[in-house]
Amino acid sequence: MTGQAHVTAADGNTRTVPVRYGVKLMPELRSARVGVVGMCGGNAACGTCHVYVSPSWLGALKAPGTDEADMLDELESRSPQSRLACQIAFGPELDGIELAVAPHD
Amino acid sequence: MIERILIVGASLAGVHAAEELRAAGFEGELTMLSAETEPPYDRPPLSKRFLAGHCGEEELSLRPVDSYAALGIKLHLGATATGLDLGRREVHTVDGTVHPFDGLVIATGSRPRWPAALPRLAGMHTLRTAADARRLADEFAGSPRVAVLGGGFIGAEVAATARGLGLDVTIVEAAPTLMSRALGPSFGDLLVRIHRDHGVDVRCGAAVVDVTGDIRVDGLMLADGTRVDADVVVVGVGNAPVTGWLASSGLELDDGVVCDETCATGVAGVVAAGDVARWRHPRLGVTRSEHHSNAVEQGMAAARTLLGQAAPYAPVGYVWSDQYEHKIHALGSWQPGAETRMIGPSLACFVREGQVVGAAGIDARREVMRLRKVIEQGEPCPVSTG
Repeated sequence: MTGQAHVTAADGNTRTVPVRYGVKLMPELRSARVGVVGMCGGNAACGTCHVYVSPSWLGALKAPGTDEADMLDELESRSPQSRLACQIAFGPELDGIELAVAPHD
Repeated sequence: MIERILIVGASLAGVHAAEELRAAGFEGELTMLSAETEPPYDRPPLSKRFLAGHCGEEELSLRPVDSYAALGIKLHLGATATGLDLGRREVHTVDGTVHPFDGLVIATGSRPRWPAALPRLAGMHTLRTAADARRLADEFAGSPRVAVLGGGFIGAEVAATARGLGLDVTIVEAAPTLMSRALGPSFGDLLVRIHRDHGVDVRCGAAVVDVTGDIRVDGLMLADGTRVDADVVVVGVGNAPVTGWLASSGLELDDGVVCDETCATGVAGVVAAGDVARWRHPRLGVTRSEHHSNAVEQGMAAARTLLGQAAPYAPVGYVWSDQYEHKIHALGSWQPGAETRMIGPSLACFVREGQVVGAAGIDARREVMRLRKVIEQGEPCPVSTG
């Protein structure tokens, strides 16, 4: 019931983080201390769980909802790979996902 | 040696304490008591999208229900704590169950204050729980005239949601502007303008002297002699920490559970977090916070303290609010005696004794966030954010 995410942390080091199925990525990444802050606690309001998802994994994610899309539009460090970790529900289809923690605005 | 940890309260602070305990390596018995009968949920949507009917029940859920068991957390619902026995180190719940502990996290939160002079007629509501939000949403479906008593976060958000549903809305606020306790009087003026532009009848500096209606409320009488017709009244005049169950425990209480700067109480192995905790903030002094981000961060900080990894808990404080098409963000807070300096059209710095203690912006998230370091390090106010 647990998979893995391969995360390039804010400090540039890459780590493998265990992630439970069914939960959002943000709290799991925050617990792993890779530089994800998650100040608003998962409400897509603060932009502090911004990650870059590897292009090969982007297609496996559901498209961003309105709140997430609005927030992403505002981020200076936005790229085509940008997502908010608090809006990504983890499951077996994402096991092994590769992502990097984005710099904060 | 802590082998059994009990968390009383299973909202944001409690759940984040539990998760942090596991993340920090605690492998012992972990039990969480909730006074609510439904699994932990997140509150921000309750006054916004959920109240407006734009978000389903499933979106309220804080975590998937099975995620607690997956972390080895025993979650007891409907388990309202009624007492704490520090000698025997056990918590008693309403059904008579006794929960022994080695370590205790107090995270019972707060509940809305109800002014003593205010009667409780049908149609009068507070908004704290998901059940409250469901009741209020049902009322809103009947197209009532709405009066909001109190123009703080809850009041302003409920007013915006009700206007969004096309309802007639009046805000009655005692202070000269809206949200002024958190954001100061000058910034509050901007919010008054926004609400008036959206058609809300904003009455600031106003006091309710009477509530009219027999079984059901039909209006409010104000001190200036005017009357506000209302079929629904939402009372949002602040919260009180839930500490009744601790009254005879011997723990020091003072508008909350009194803690040191690491969220530890005076009793070894007992910590508090979230709305219920009054702690000594290293920069701000003794304080208590009812904000979402504090519940998250303090829950985690208290958990680490319990595991012997105590560090001063000195958050900057972050809060956001959605009203109409606007997003309001604030870091730190306005404090009595602080001067508000507008450094952009909708961006303010709160300055006390030459240091920035807070910042707030409307639709200026990035600019507000950039002031985080300035606030954290108590730097002087920037002239503009460029």
